[in-house]
Amino acid sequence: MKYTLAVLAENRPGVLTHISGLISRRAFNIESIAAGHSEETDTTRITIDVEVDDELELDQVVHQLSKLVDVIKIVNLTRVDHIDRELALIKVKASKVNRSELVDVVEIFRAKIVDVNRETMVIELTGEESKIDALCEVLIDFGIIEIVRTGKIALSRGPLAAKEM
Amino acid sequence: MKMQGAEALIESLKNEGVEVVFGYPGGSVLTLYDALYKTKFPHVLTKHEQGAIHAADGYARVTGKVGVCIATSGPGATNLITGIATAYMDSVPLVAITGQVGVALIGRDSFQEADICGITTPISKHNYLVKRVQDLPRVIKEAFYIARTGRPGPVVIDIAKDVFAATLDYEYPDSVNLRGYSPLYAGDPDSLKMAVQKIKQAKKPLIFVGGGVNISNTAKELRQLVKATGIPVVSSLMGLGAITGDAVEHLGMVGMHGTYAANMATVECDLLLGVGVRFDDRVTGSTEHFAPKAKIIHFDIDPAEINKNIRADLRIVGDLAWSLPLLNTLIIENGAENKGQLAPWRDQVVAWKQERPMNYKPRDGIVMPQQVIAKISELAPDAVIVTDVGQHQMWAAQFYNFSRERTFVTSGGLGTMGYGLPAAIGAQIGLPKKQVIAFCGDGGIMMNCQELATAANNGFPIKVIVMNNQVLGMVSQWQRLFYGERYSHTSIKGQTDFVKLAEAMGVIGLRITKPEDLEPILIKAIETPGPVLVDVALPADEDVVPMVPPGGCLDKMILGEW
Repeated sequence: MKYTLAVLAENRPGVLTHISGLISRRAFNIESIAAGHSEETDTTRITIDVEVDDELELDQVVHQLSKLVDVIKIVNLTRVDHIDRELALIKVKASKVNRSELVDVVEIFRAKIVDVNRETMVIELTGEESKIDALCEVLIDFGIIEIVRTGKIALSRGPLAAKEM
Repeated sequence: MKMQGAEALIESLKNEGVEVVFGYPGGSVLTLYDALYKTKFPHVLTKHEQGAIHAADGYARVTGKVGVCIATSGPGATNLITGIATAYMDSVPLVAITGQVGVALIGRDSFQEADICGITTPISKHNYLVKRVQDLPRVIKEAFYIARTGRPGPVVIDIAKDVFAATLDYEYPDSVNLRGYSPLYAGDPDSLKMAVQKIKQAKKPLIFVGGGVNISNTAKELRQLVKATGIPVVSSLMGLGAITGDAVEHLGMVGMHGTYAANMATVECDLLLGVGVRFDDRVTGSTEHFAPKAKIIHFDIDPAEINKNIRADLRIVGDLAWSLPLLNTLIIENGAENKGQLAPWRDQVVAWKQERPMNYKPRDGIVMPQQVIAKISELAPDAVIVTDVGQHQMWAAQFYNFSRERTFVTSGGLGTMGYGLPAAIGAQIGLPKKQVIAFCGDGGIMMNCQELATAANNGFPIKVIVMNNQVLGMVSQWQRLFYGERYSHTSIKGQTDFVKLAEAMGVIGLRITKPEDLEPILIKAIETPGPVLVDVALPADEDVVPMVPPGGCLDKMILGEW
């Protein structure tokens, strides 16, 4: 099963090393990890997607991560109503011939064109992972030059912040 | 108060109550060593950084205090790695201070530069790189706090060279402010009430004691629990000493080289109370078939240990210093004490003990390794026993009658060869009035034999018994049993004369080659002041038994013959 965890950690050098080191050492199956500043300057917020067999294995991930001195709090967002999103930038081949066709695809997916030149186009898409996967699938026919994805970020619905949960 | 970083470090050590540091100087820690010189801070100079950290570890294990060691950047620091991992696996409180190259040189592959925080992240409880002198007091305060509280462990402080020389306005913090670290002390009292109910219902309960009891200084509470309930006890390697070895209820060590009674009781029990244990694979064998008939109650301070290796039916997370006294009270309040209801189970357990006691088959004219340990147990019953790793370590666990907590110093989790001699030095410094006896194999002693000179130069009166069977015993045992007797590189028979080696380093060397010499020479070794090494000639083909083949069930033991 896949679970989404929100990890609040000290915003200090070495924190990501500690977390990624632990994940590889304990052989946890992490599907995506995305880190950035939070509403507090001294706190980093990391969204981790982990694939585990059962809740007991998930407990292991949570307890082992919690043991890290830098980790302040872990909230299992899977258990609460939440929104998750990922951002992707995709560079595709776009010549005069197929440019209008590409624009159609972009509109269908509610994506955005953020750069165009004579040969290529960069498309920006925000959405759930599956939506990004679907767009990439369609763009293969046009010729994808490169893709960059942020990894999933997630936030609970309702008034409570992760630090208060 | 204005002072240099190096002086601030020493002041901080004093504030933490540090009595002694173990170390080895070098380029990046020159300023620190200058401050050690000026302040005359007690420092034990070993011959190798690995010796320094194992000594700090031995010191910490026998005293319960935080062991401190110092090494320079690069190779000095990397020489600590085995020692840090050793301490981490056995939850030993250490603070390892390493010099780092100057701030401006970090990340440029400078002379004697190594990324010690990067290297030690998976093997330390926490680590710090200090690049600003004003951070030093806070970091030291936090490091000691993290090392000694909760589940103890090693903390590394890597300090850039220029920090030692920089000036700061020194003030040592009174407390720490760590948002992500709040070691658990008390847990959920209701879980203990449930435990008492399970104890009351059990017909074949068993207590499985681990190193947590020694670490949390709760041997007294454990003994009260055993006395009140009459529940039989088995120990992990690290739990030895928590309960008197010759107590009726004590069945000895459990696991791969556990006693027949301990392993049978684990297979047959209907309730297993794991107290300060982590269910290591050397204990459980096959995890699927471990204690197959039992409900398991797991007592531990570390929530991450619960369900890690063995699934627990009831978890009691908290310091044993909280849970054990409360459990004892609840047992009395709820009438769960021994009223003879366990008599059939206790009889069964005693029958197993009598059926297959720990024993060995003597050979004519040859000193047997088990006999050496048993003789030391008889001659020095109050000693602190330190071991290296391998067959002699298991025999020490099986044949020395441990009666007090923190008297068995051994690398259990990591199984570090070369640990014994330097750890014995540290143990002796921690307990100067105690008899400290180290058993080492002829393989392991060579891994840190340079520390004989440390013992000699400082007059540390450790007694080192070299269990010399001219083979890497444990590995050759596995080759004998599982690799068709193909003894690949385990014969270490050579030209080395351990008595001469000892004498060359300034240690008195004695030799035992025949059974009639055993007692008089061991007595001589114990009675001789200062450090002594005894080289004991032993047979090469003796196996440690019982033995549960790796991944097997505990009741399927190779018992050998006796």
